[in-house]
Amino acid sequence: MNSIRKVFGTAVGKKCGMALTGVFLFLFVVGHMVGNLQVFLGQYAINHYAQLLQSNTGVLWSLRICLAAVALTHIYFAITLTLENRAKREVGYEVKELVGASLASRTMFISGSVIFGFIVYHLLHFTTGTTNPEFMTFKDERGWHDVYRMVQTGFSNGWVVAAYVVGVGALGLHLSNGLRAFCQSLGWRFETYASRIDRAAVIVAVVLFVGFAIVPLALFLGGAK
Amino acid sequence: MKVTVRVWRQKNAKTPGRFVEYEVADASPDMSFFEMLDVLNERITKQGEEPIAFDSDCREGICGACSCVINGEAHGPEKKVTTCQTYMRSFQDGQVIIVEPFRAKAFPLIKDLVVDRSAFDRIIQAGGFISVNTGSAPEANTVPLPKYHSDLAMDAASCIGCGACVAACKNTSASLFVAAKVSHLNLLPQGKPEKDPRVLGMVQAMDEAGFGSCTVTGSCEAVCPKGIPISFISRMNYDFIAAALKLRVHGRRV
Repeated sequence: MNSIRKVFGTAVGKKCGMALTGVFLFLFVVGHMVGNLQVFLGQYAINHYAQLLQSNTGVLWSLRICLAAVALTHIYFAITLTLENRAKREVGYEVKELVGASLASRTMFISGSVIFGFIVYHLLHFTTGTTNPEFMTFKDERGWHDVYRMVQTGFSNGWVVAAYVVGVGALGLHLSNGLRAFCQSLGWRFETYASRIDRAAVIVAVVLFVGFAIVPLALFLGGAK
Repeated sequence: MKVTVRVWRQKNAKTPGRFVEYEVADASPDMSFFEMLDVLNERITKQGEEPIAFDSDCREGICGACSCVINGEAHGPEKKVTTCQTYMRSFQDGQVIIVEPFRAKAFPLIKDLVVDRSAFDRIIQAGGFISVNTGSAPEANTVPLPKYHSDLAMDAASCIGCGACVAACKNTSASLFVAAKVSHLNLLPQGKPEKDPRVLGMVQAMDEAGFGSCTVTGSCEAVCPKGIPISFISRMNYDFIAAALKLRVHGRRV
C-alpha cells in the first residue's frame, strides 16, 4: 500500500471517492433548492437571481465544469463498484430475505440512474431549452431572462410536473441512504451517534424532496402567483 | 412435527448441484436444526445414499463453523443465533425449509452446504502480529485503558468469523468481519503499535480475496449471530483513511 492510486483502488478507497464526490453534489443540490424557492418571492426575485448567476459567466462556468467533473467521477465509481460487486456472487440464492436492508440502500444504483436521466431531461428542458425553444425567448420588462414565466409555462403541463416529482423523489430516496453512507464511508458514523445520523439523513432527504417538489406542484395547482 | 427439507446437493465444485427434497416426519420442536439434519442423515445413510454434508463443530453457537442459509436468511429465521442454535420450534409444522450454502465467489463450494472460508484466514494473516510481552502477567492497571474502549473491543472480539455477513450482503462484502477484527485490536493498547499496517493490510487482503464493497445496507448486522453493528465498519474506514493519509510510517512505507 504505497500510493494514492493504490489507496483509491481498494474497495474502501473507492467508497471514499463516492462519499467525497457525493457530498459535493449534495451541497450543490441544497443550494439549488434554496435558489428555486425564490420563485415564491415573486417574479422579480427569481429573475434577479437568474440574472445574477448568468451575468457572472466566469463563476457560472467554473461551477458547471466542477459539477460535471465531480458528477462524472461519482458515476464512474458507481459503475465500477456495481459491476465489481455483481460479479462477486456467481450462483444466486433460491430464496433471499432482505433482512435489515432498506429499499433505498438496495436501490442506490437504480435511484442514481433515474436521477441521471432526470438531470439530462432537466438540462434540455430549462437550461438549453432544447425541448421547448420558446422558453429561451421569454424576457421580462427589464430585459432579463423571464425564468418566472418559463417555470410557470413549463409546469402547466401535468406530465412535466410528474417527471419532476419522480426525479426529485429518486433524489430523496438516494440521499436518505447516501447521506448516512457518506458518514459511514468516511469513518464518522461512530456507534454513539450512528442512529442519529441515520435519522438525520432521512429528515434531510425528506426536506430536500419537499423543497424541490413543492415548486412544480404549487405552480401546477396555481398556488404561486 | 413434520417438515420438508429442500436442500442443495452438490457432489463437488466441478459437478453441477441441484435441490433435493426430503421429508422429515419425526422432528421434535425441541431439536436443533442440525439435530433434525442428523436424524435425516441417519436415514439417508441407511438407504445407502451419501449424507448431506454441512459444517458444524461446537453446536453451542460460539465456534463459527456452521453456515447455511435457511429460507433466505443466513443462520435461519432467529436473530443473533448461529444455525446450530436455531431450533425446530422456529418453524411451522408442514413447512418447506429451503437450505442453501453461503453463496459468494470468495467462498468456493466444497460439497453440499460446505464452503471454503479460508479467505477469512488470509485476511487474518494479512493483519500481522501484535506486540505483547510474554511471560509473567503484567501488574494490574499498568496499561491504562478506558472502559468504553475495552467494552467496544470486546464487542468486536465477539466475532466468530462465521461469514454470515458475506452470505447476507448483496455485494458479498466482508466489511463487517474485517471491521470487527481490525477494531478489536486497534482499540486496545496492545494492538496500537501495528495499527496502521494492520488496517491497510487487511483491507487490501479483503479485496484480494475477492469480496465486494460495502453499500451500507445493514444486512450483515441483521444476520450477525453476535449482533456486531455496522458502526464498526465506519471505525475501520476511519482507521484506514488515517493510515492511508500517513502513507509513510517511521520513514518507511506501510
